[in-house]
Amino acid sequence: MGLDLSINKYADVSYDEKERLFEEAKSDDRWHHVLYGCYECGICVAACPSARFYDFSPRVIAQAVAREDVDLVYTLMNDSVWDCSQCFSCDRCPRQNSPGQIITVLREVAVRNGLQTAKDALEGYGRIIYKIMSTGSQVSPDMLQPDAFPDWGGHVKEISDNLDVWRKALPPETLHTTETGWVVDDKTIIELYLIWHMTGVMDLIEGIDEGLFMILVDVMEERLEEAGYDDITFD
Amino acid sequence: MIHLPVLKAADRKFQANPDNAPTEDIREELFQLEKEGELEVIRVPEPYMEVKTKFGRIKKIPVEKTWHHKSCGQCGHIPGYSTSIFWLNRAFGLDYYDPTDQTSCTAWNYYASATSNPEAQAAVAVRNFAAAHEVGYFPLIHCGTSFGHYKEVRHALVHQPELRRKVRKVMEKLGKKLVLPEEVVHYSEWVLAMKDRIAERQVVDMSNITATVHPACHYHKLIEEDAIYDSEIYGAQRTAIITGTLQALGVNVGDYSTWFDCCGFGFRHILVSRDFSRSFSVQRKIEVMMEEVNPDIVVTHDTGCVTTLDQSQFAGKAHDKKVGLPVISDSQLAAMAMGAHPYKVLQMHWHNTDNTKFMQKLGMDTDKLWAEFELETDKIKRGEKEFLTWEDAEK
Repeated sequence: MGLDLSINKYADVSYDEKERLFEEAKSDDRWHHVLYGCYECGICVAACPSARFYDFSPRVIAQAVAREDVDLVYTLMNDSVWDCSQCFSCDRCPRQNSPGQIITVLREVAVRNGLQTAKDALEGYGRIIYKIMSTGSQVSPDMLQPDAFPDWGGHVKEISDNLDVWRKALPPETLHTTETGWVVDDKTIIELYLIWHMTGVMDLIEGIDEGLFMILVDVMEERLEEAGYDDITFD
Repeated sequence: MIHLPVLKAADRKFQANPDNAPTEDIREELFQLEKEGELEVIRVPEPYMEVKTKFGRIKKIPVEKTWHHKSCGQCGHIPGYSTSIFWLNRAFGLDYYDPTDQTSCTAWNYYASATSNPEAQAAVAVRNFAAAHEVGYFPLIHCGTSFGHYKEVRHALVHQPELRRKVRKVMEKLGKKLVLPEEVVHYSEWVLAMKDRIAERQVVDMSNITATVHPACHYHKLIEEDAIYDSEIYGAQRTAIITGTLQALGVNVGDYSTWFDCCGFGFRHILVSRDFSRSFSVQRKIEVMMEEVNPDIVVTHDTGCVTTLDQSQFAGKAHDKKVGLPVISDSQLAAMAMGAHPYKVLQMHWHNTDNTKFMQKLGMDTDKLWAEFELETDKIKRGEKEFLTWEDAEK
């Protein structure tokens, strides 16, 4: 089914609420550097990989925000922004727009406000957020499991079966790890947790996935306490 | 009727002139902020090499004293990628630093899920830069996304005083300074700048090989003016990265119509919506390359691109698509050209699409080379040795 851009799609959400979210996006420091209007030339669409696969258009997004179409922006924030590949091919816009960056901002607003569609889009992604926030690495060798990547073929099982030995057969001493991409100092992880704490990222996580938030808090508070930061809590 | 001459792409050349560049030179802003006491700039150590970027500006590329900002995807899933970069440094006897005081840039997650914010992203970047500076080395970025993202972060920190204030406060808590590098340098820029030295040490003839090149989106589309261009390569109409290296090694580079397209990685898609990644990668990249060029190999320079272009071909095969094209990084190909072991160093067995025919075309006895690798792994299994060392890799 195609993308439904009708005004009635989210009629149950008040205009004031939609406007509040749009204003939040517009207040982002990046906003005026990524949106200058739209020639409607379609170059961004021609360059966009997601437009070839989904009912998705960076041009529609640029136009909607440029025209300040509050209802449409709300619909796109819910039903469209998660299709973007974030490759920034659309940055070749002759008007100097960056639809990809506009989408980055809209996604942040969606996550920060705990929109259900953002939760849905990130369903199944929680283990990745856990990995990046707790270890500082997005992916790790032990994630290469056949059930996680069935479409990558028997090759993944071969890696999984030989993982310990093949990791030890890497000449750089920092790469003999399976749970992280490389050896990361305890001090480094503590500093990363302090960054998450001081920049409000944990609040974002709480809004989008409370279960994940609680697991992360357990891990982080324990290690922070061991490192002498017993005054830091994520409450 | 007026007949205007139609210029073909090959006849056009972009004449770069730094005086007419439509964008600012961020380095001038950086040094000005340093004078004002706002931040500290990490200088590119000497000796450095000079390359030209899109509008003809000079970019400094350090030869050594490099702090290797590793990639989580490379180290985690295609570790021969990073190992080859280190091997090249060691082969030239260069001073480099492989840190454990490093996190990933966390940008993969940011572009995938938006579960972060500019302040956190900038703090992660500056923390890593500060870690490099503290040990006296200059950051060399392995991942294309880290490279593009860090340039965006540097741009934001230069232009947003409030962001600087917030990040400085975080850094104070960590006992670190607000530092930014004079240049944000991607490893493939180092490989390109070193291409003649690599070619001098080449022991594997690659003149019978044809390759297609995929330039990573976050290399040449984010802060595009900072990517390397060369008037002799594609008439400076597109970045010279990878292609310049391959040409120096005698590899034939075949052009194809969808070169600008992304690989299909998509950040969140490659992890939780791979139907998109698989379809795009196979139909818009691999099949087009095979139909238009029929190369022996695809060479690219980023974590996600190697992963997506390589891993997606398994499903493509199941759908009778035209696939079967091995994918490696420029660092692996450069190390291969200089004689690095394909399994002990390049770790080709972590790649999915069969690459043995490619190596055999280069004259390698892949069965013998694999047996040599297994000899080492058997020793590890029997407990006769704990790890494969750099010395083992050279046997």
